Amino acid sequence: MLFAFISELSRWAIPVILLVVPLVAVLRGVKVYETFVEGAEAGFATAVKTIPYLVAMMVAISIFRASGAMEVLVASLSPLLGFVGLPAEVLPHAIMRPLSGGAALGIASDIVKTYGPDSFLGRLVSTMQGSCDTTFYVLTLYFGSVGIRKYRYSVLLGLVADFTTLVASVFIVRTLF
Amino acid sequence: MVNFVWLAMVVFGIVVAGSNGNIEVVTKAAFDGANNAVKISISLIAIITFWLGIMKLAEEAGLVRALAWLVRPVMRFLFPSVPREHPAMGAIVMNLSANILGLGNAATPMGLIAMRELQTLNHSKDTASDAMCTFLALNTSCVTLIPTTIIGIRLLYGSSDPTDIVGPTIIATAFSMLVAIVVDRMLRLFYSGKRR
Repeated sequence: MLFAFISELSRWAIPVILLVVPLVAVLRGVKVYETFVEGAEAGFATAVKTIPYLVAMMVAISIFRASGAMEVLVASLSPLLGFVGLPAEVLPHAIMRPLSGGAALGIASDIVKTYGPDSFLGRLVSTMQGSCDTTFYVLTLYFGSVGIRKYRYSVLLGLVADFTTLVASVFIVRTLF
Repeated sequence: MVNFVWLAMVVFGIVVAGSNGNIEVVTKAAFDGANNAVKISISLIAIITFWLGIMKLAEEAGLVRALAWLVRPVMRFLFPSVPREHPAMGAIVMNLSANILGLGNAATPMGLIAMRELQTLNHSKDTASDAMCTFLALNTSCVTLIPTTIIGIRLLYGSSDPTDIVGPTIIATAFSMLVAIVVDRMLRLFYSGKRR
């Protein structure tokens, strides 16, 4: 019921915005076409501005992934994360999730396939995939678009949030299923 | 910290590749990464241009301000440094809503618009402001109510109830959002001493 409602809301949200915004604008005396174009002018520059930031970050992530460094990191971190009750099988996912959405999804679908979607590991990795975001990508893209190079504490904050999601996922899936 | 993470990934990656005897993957990985990054940026041109146009209309129509006004009690608490009814507030709400509804194509442009608005209030243009840090913490810890991709994968491998992870996902997200807000406050206090 709730699920169906949210799906419908997602389907309708953008068409409704596209209908309401120009109509209200016209009623308030805005020249709709001219204003749209005026705003849209900055689109190209904004997108292109993110290139150096994304290149820097994705080159590093790509080397880290392809070299096998991730496996080394997983091996050295498993005792630590075993401490919070995280099974070793989902550790590669936990490490990749903030770095690369595509890679994490690949690992998640592999675990779901191997252990079955309704197993503890299958549910856990599904929850982890759903509740976490690609933190590094978002930070790089958003800061890059306005030319910010000094991120201050935002990386630390993002990682704290990701780690919380991880611990919470393990705890919740253990408790609920 | 971003400098450290970046350097660690590159150096550690090259050392591991070298000691495994497959140093040649490094070069390929570097160029692949760069290539993907440019592809992502280029593919953003279309949706960003489109949403910037729509958002300009919404702004001129007074809708962004109206939205900012509606959510002001919460937003004033979360973003004390942003003036009430500033367009940034409207853009932040649009971004978070699009995220929650899983509208990826709208969420990113809205987020970039929010960053642009926050940048107008920022005193040192190459450094993240408090409000930006809070916004990004909310953005990365608040995720979609219906994770369609992973539900699809569960369905594909024969789950008896592919959507039964939606509840746990929402609880985990809510919890990490809460922690993010609290830790953000603590870090903001800690770093405000260091800054300026």
